[in-house]
Amino acid sequence: MTMTVSRREAFALGAGVVTAMALGGAGPAWAKNDSDELIKAFTGGKAPVKGKVKLDLPDIAENGNTVPLAFTVESPMTDASHVTDVLVVADGNPRGGIATFHFSPRSGVAEAATRIRLAETQNVIAIAKMNDGSFYTDTRQVKVTIGGCGG
Amino acid sequence: MTTRRDLLQYSAAVAAALAGTGLGGGTIGRALAQQRVTEADLLAFEPLGNVTILHVTDIHAQLKPVYFREPTVNLGVGEAKGVPPHVTGKALLEAYKVPPGSPLAYALADIDFEALAKSYGRVGGLDRVATVVEAVRAERGDRVLLLDGGDTWQNSFTSLATKGQDMVDCMALLKPDAMTAHWEFTLGAERVKALVDTLGFPFLCQNVRESEFQDEVFKGSATFERGGVKIAVIGQALPYTPIANPRWMIPDWSFGIREKELQAEVDKARAGGAGLVVLLSHNGFDVDRKLAGRVNGIDVILTGHTHDALPAPVQVGKTLLIASGSHGKFVSRLDLDVRDGAVRGVRHKLIPVMADAIRPNAAVAAAIAKHRAPHEAMLAEVVGRTETTLYRRGNFNGTLDDVICDALLAERDAEIALSPGFRWGPTLLPGQSITREDVYNATAMTYPAAYRMAMTGGRLKEILEDVADNIFNPDPYLQQGGDMVRVGGLSYTIDVGKPIGSRIGDLVLARTGQPLAADKDYTVAGWASVNEGTEGPAIWDVVFSHLKKTPTVAPTGASTVKILGA
Repeated sequence: MTMTVSRREAFALGAGVVTAMALGGAGPAWAKNDSDELIKAFTGGKAPVKGKVKLDLPDIAENGNTVPLAFTVESPMTDASHVTDVLVVADGNPRGGIATFHFSPRSGVAEAATRIRLAETQNVIAIAKMNDGSFYTDTRQVKVTIGGCGG
Repeated sequence: MTTRRDLLQYSAAVAAALAGTGLGGGTIGRALAQQRVTEADLLAFEPLGNVTILHVTDIHAQLKPVYFREPTVNLGVGEAKGVPPHVTGKALLEAYKVPPGSPLAYALADIDFEALAKSYGRVGGLDRVATVVEAVRAERGDRVLLLDGGDTWQNSFTSLATKGQDMVDCMALLKPDAMTAHWEFTLGAERVKALVDTLGFPFLCQNVRESEFQDEVFKGSATFERGGVKIAVIGQALPYTPIANPRWMIPDWSFGIREKELQAEVDKARAGGAGLVVLLSHNGFDVDRKLAGRVNGIDVILTGHTHDALPAPVQVGKTLLIASGSHGKFVSRLDLDVRDGAVRGVRHKLIPVMADAIRPNAAVAAAIAKHRAPHEAMLAEVVGRTETTLYRRGNFNGTLDDVICDALLAERDAEIALSPGFRWGPTLLPGQSITREDVYNATAMTYPAAYRMAMTGGRLKEILEDVADNIFNPDPYLQQGGDMVRVGGLSYTIDVGKPIGSRIGDLVLARTGQPLAADKDYTVAGWASVNEGTEGPAIWDVVFSHLKKTPTVAPTGASTVKILGA
């Protein structure tokens, strides 16, 4: 049997359920980036282990206002072993929070794709929470240039 | 597979052969030089194998022969520090055993440039390039593949006036097999698509995708049969086009290096029986060098964008990197013996297109003349005179940009001038008249507005830091190509070895001799802003107006930039 799913729908399906979309808008000038605090709250102070998460971001953003972000987390996604949540933060935006993605074994895969806004060159960090209480992470630096002198 | 030593030795042999026809310096007259450099010598090549690739790139719409001085300063960073193509002048000639004073030395290095230019004359001219192509085709028949690395359709008056039509029409006569692109995109998405539809050969850009769903905008690759070998050519446009040039002109297209997609394209070609895989690239040399070590299965990368010319291939693993210069100055010929899906033998020559020695192809010359005829009188009009060499290439400054910066300071009544680090623009010799065409050759592009605005000292430093990182980031994948933005009315220090944010220091305003204050506003004039809606007169009109008041220029080339960590 063939099922026709448009790419846009497929995108939405792949993203699982997204809540708490805290887009990095223009925060107050005195606000300090809170990505460290967000990570601490998410992991309960536990240090996440590098691995299992793979962040896909461009080395250089063509447009800081809409940077394509995708991630996959290595997991069988069974009742016994699966990803429950993925936190994505950016350490150079006025506010650190980007999104938290929620998964269950019924998600099938732990992966999502979206667009994010980055104010300047900075690190984007993804942290995956597993159902056994362990945490895994990946970091990618994205360069956001003023641009204009190539050739 | 040919070793690097073999290639170097071969290039030395070529150099020695050329030396036989060469000269000891600029003391011998031009007529004699012309007598001694012949088309036959320049094209001499002992054929090898079953495939010949001819590569031209970065012609920048120069249909007519020009002078072109290579850079004195072309710094490499990270792993590229001090290795080709980041070797210039005497060191470059010594590295490749090119005899000083020979035609190839004149073409490759800045040493004795003025004297040699007087002896040897101009280089390039699309009608001369056509003669080289025709001669190789006559010799090698169906073994020849002609590939154009892009930056072909823009940066002369006629290419701007005809929106690239002059270049498309004239290049068509050379019958290229494929091309890729960069400055082409500054004609805007609609015009590029319209021209591509008329080409009759593929416009290959595997890394240009529709932004939303990442569908291919152009063909990524094409397959050719030459000398019994199935050849896959994959095209790679400048990955940073929407950053380096106005994104608003190509709003729905996304670029990037796209290694994964490229690897898939290579694997598909191999699985489809390709015996030879060629990447026709506009990545820039250092990006291609890194890419060659990360993407498997590419036999040849024809590099472009950074305008490097190398007399021998650079080998990374099993991949050969070819660098063919710019402005029609060179044609690279690469003969390959391809058997059982592998390259068994290689022979290469960087052919300098000496315009006085190589005959123009009559049909191409006629097509060029036809496109120029309506503008010829205007283009020939003398608007000034230079007492010193006007050139652009160099990481930090060029005398051509000094003239443009002076024009911006005077005509736009500014304290500081910024001129983009473009690598295109031919050279003028001391004593030469400056014609309207010469000014257009240094400025012709689709976003020429000369803006005037207030910028704080802090913002200026930020801009210099940002551009410096685009050139000197030790990771080539984070380099855009292009040289450092040129400044007028300002001096500064740069430590190229430092990270972003700490390279630039000691900013001093020339007018007052005072350090720039981070929070103080300065009047800045510049051109080629990538922002939509930038206002101001076209930069060429600014230069014309300036030359009208001060028709004689004599920039010394003394840089206001102090370089550390190189």
